[in-house]
Amino acid sequence: MQKDNLNLKRSRALVRRETISAYLFLLPCLIFFLGFVIVPMIMCIVTSLFNYTMSEFTFVGFANYIEMFKDKIFLQALKNTIVIVVVSVPVVTAFSLWVGARIYRINAFTRSFFRCVFYLPVVTGTVAVAVVWKWMFNKYTGLFNLVLKDFGLIDQNISWLGDERTALWCIILILFTTSIGQPIVLYVAALGNVDTSLVEAASVDGASKFQTFWHIKWPSIMPTTLYILVITTINSFQCYSLIQLLTSGGPNHSTETIMYYIYYQAFKLNRYGYGNAMGVFLAIFIAVFSAIQFKVTKSGSES
Amino acid sequence: MGQKIKRKTPYDVVTIFILFILAILFSFPLYWIITGSFKDAAAINAANPQWFPKNPNTDNFVRLLKNPALRWLFNSVFISVVAMGLTCISAAMGGYALAKKRFIGQKFLFTVFVCAMALPKQVVLIPLLKEMSFLGMHNTLWAVILPAVGWPFGVFLMKQFSETIPTEMLEAARIDGAGEANTFLTIVLPIVKPGIGALAIFTFITTWNDYFLQLIMLNSQKNLTISLGIAKLQSEMSNDFGMIMAGAALGAVPIILIFLLFQKYFTQGITMGAVKG
Repeated sequence: MQKDNLNLKRSRALVRRETISAYLFLLPCLIFFLGFVIVPMIMCIVTSLFNYTMSEFTFVGFANYIEMFKDKIFLQALKNTIVIVVVSVPVVTAFSLWVGARIYRINAFTRSFFRCVFYLPVVTGTVAVAVVWKWMFNKYTGLFNLVLKDFGLIDQNISWLGDERTALWCIILILFTTSIGQPIVLYVAALGNVDTSLVEAASVDGASKFQTFWHIKWPSIMPTTLYILVITTINSFQCYSLIQLLTSGGPNHSTETIMYYIYYQAFKLNRYGYGNAMGVFLAIFIAVFSAIQFKVTKSGSES
Repeated sequence: MGQKIKRKTPYDVVTIFILFILAILFSFPLYWIITGSFKDAAAINAANPQWFPKNPNTDNFVRLLKNPALRWLFNSVFISVVAMGLTCISAAMGGYALAKKRFIGQKFLFTVFVCAMALPKQVVLIPLLKEMSFLGMHNTLWAVILPAVGWPFGVFLMKQFSETIPTEMLEAARIDGAGEANTFLTIVLPIVKPGIGALAIFTFITTWNDYFLQLIMLNSQKNLTISLGIAKLQSEMSNDFGMIMAGAALGAVPIILIFLLFQKYFTQGITMGAVKG
C-alpha cells in the first residue's frame, strides 16, 4: 500500500517534470503561434461584431453579417469563388492523379524531371508568372490571339482579361498551373508506397489494369486524395494574388472573389469590421466544405 | 517471380508524348522571362514574338538597377533566411516535445495545431496588420517574418520526423545522466536532421513567394521585396516590359536554383507534411 502510494507520488512528480520540460521545448513555437496566429484569429472574430473603421469602433452585433447577404457584390464574389473551387478542385485532383500514375513507375531521372517541371510555376512565384500570363492574354500583342488567329479559330482579337465572359476562366487556367505541383509530388509518393505484393497478387489472379487500380491502388491512396482535396479547396477559396495582379476584380466584378473583396473593403474603404465578418464567413464556409468532402470520400471508400 | 519484359503499349507512348508537350508549356513562362529580359524594346513589342532574342543585351538590367532592385533582392533573401532559421529552431524543439514527451495538454495542443493548419491563413491578415502596427513593426521586415514562423506546419512536420527517434536511446541518455538540452543536441538533432533540411527549404521558398503577406505588410520603397518590386514596376511603368522581365528574372532565377539544388529535401518535406488520414 505504502509502496503504491510512493510510486504514485513519484510518477506524478515525473509527469510534472516531463510536462515542464515539454513546455520549455514548446515555448518558442508557442510564442509565435499564439502571438501571430491565435491572437489575430480571435481579434478577427471579435471585431467582426463591430462597426470598425478608421474613426469608429462601436458594437453592432451581427449587423456586418446581415449586411453581407444583402451586398450584391459580395454575393457575386461568393458565386465566382464557388465557380473557381467547383471547377479547379476536381480538375486539379484528377489531372495530378493521372500524371502521378503515369510517372511514378518510370525511371527516377525522368520522374524527377516531370515533378520539377510541374512544380516550376509555384516556385517561379505568382508575380513573375503573372507578368508572362498578362502578356499572353494581351489583346494586341498576346500569344493566345496570335496563335488562334494563325489557326483561323478567331478573326477578331479577344481581350481575354477584359471580357466578362472569359476573364474568370483565364484566372482558373493560371490557378490550375500553379496548383498541380504539390498534388503530383504527393501522388507519386503515395503510389510508390502501395503494397506491391497486393498488386502482383491481383495481376496473377487476372485482374485488368483498371481493376487493380480501382480495387487496390485507389483505396490505399485515399488518405492522400483526401488531403489533396482539402489543400486544393483551401487554396482555391483563397485566390487573391492573381486577381490583384491581373484584373483587380473586374471587368464589372466578374473576377471578384471573396478574398479580393475582403481586402477591397478593408484597405480601400477602411471597413475592417465588415472585412473581418466576411473573413469569418469564409473560414466557416471552407470548414463546412472540407467536412463534407471528408464525409463523402469516407463513405465512398467504405462502400 | 518471373521478370516480365515490359513492352511499351501505345498508351504509354502517347501519354509520355503528351507529358512532354505539357512540360514544354509549363516551362514556357520561365523561358519567356529569362529570354525576354535580354531582348530590346523592339523585339519585345514586336507583333510576331521573337522566340529567341536576336541581339541579346543587358540594357533591361541596367535600367532595372536604377531602381533599388538589389535592395529588394536583399530584403527577400533576408526575410526568407531569418524565417527559415527561426522556424527550424522552434519547430525542431516543439516537434520533439510533441512526439516524444508525455505531458498534460498534449492531445489538446496537437489538435489545435492541426485545426489551425486547416484554416485559411489569409483571412487573419487584417487583424495581423493591426497587431503589427500596435507592436510598431508594420512596414518592417519582421512583420513578414514573424507570422511565417508562427504557422504550425513546421511543428507538425518536425513531429512526424521526431516519431522516428527510438525511445530507448532517449531512455539510455537519461539513465546516463544527460540533461535535457544535451539529449536534444546530441541525440535528437542528428536524427531529425533530414526533417530540418526539408523544413528549411520549404520555409525558404514559401516565405520568398508569399506575395500577399508582403503586399499587406510592406509599403515603403526601401522595404519592398523583389516580388513587390516587380509588381510595382508592372503597375507604374507597364510600357517598359523589358525591364519588368528583367526584374521577374532577377526574382525567379535564384529561387529556382535553390529549388533545383534541394528538390530532394523539398519533396520529402511536402510528402511528410501531408496529414495521414
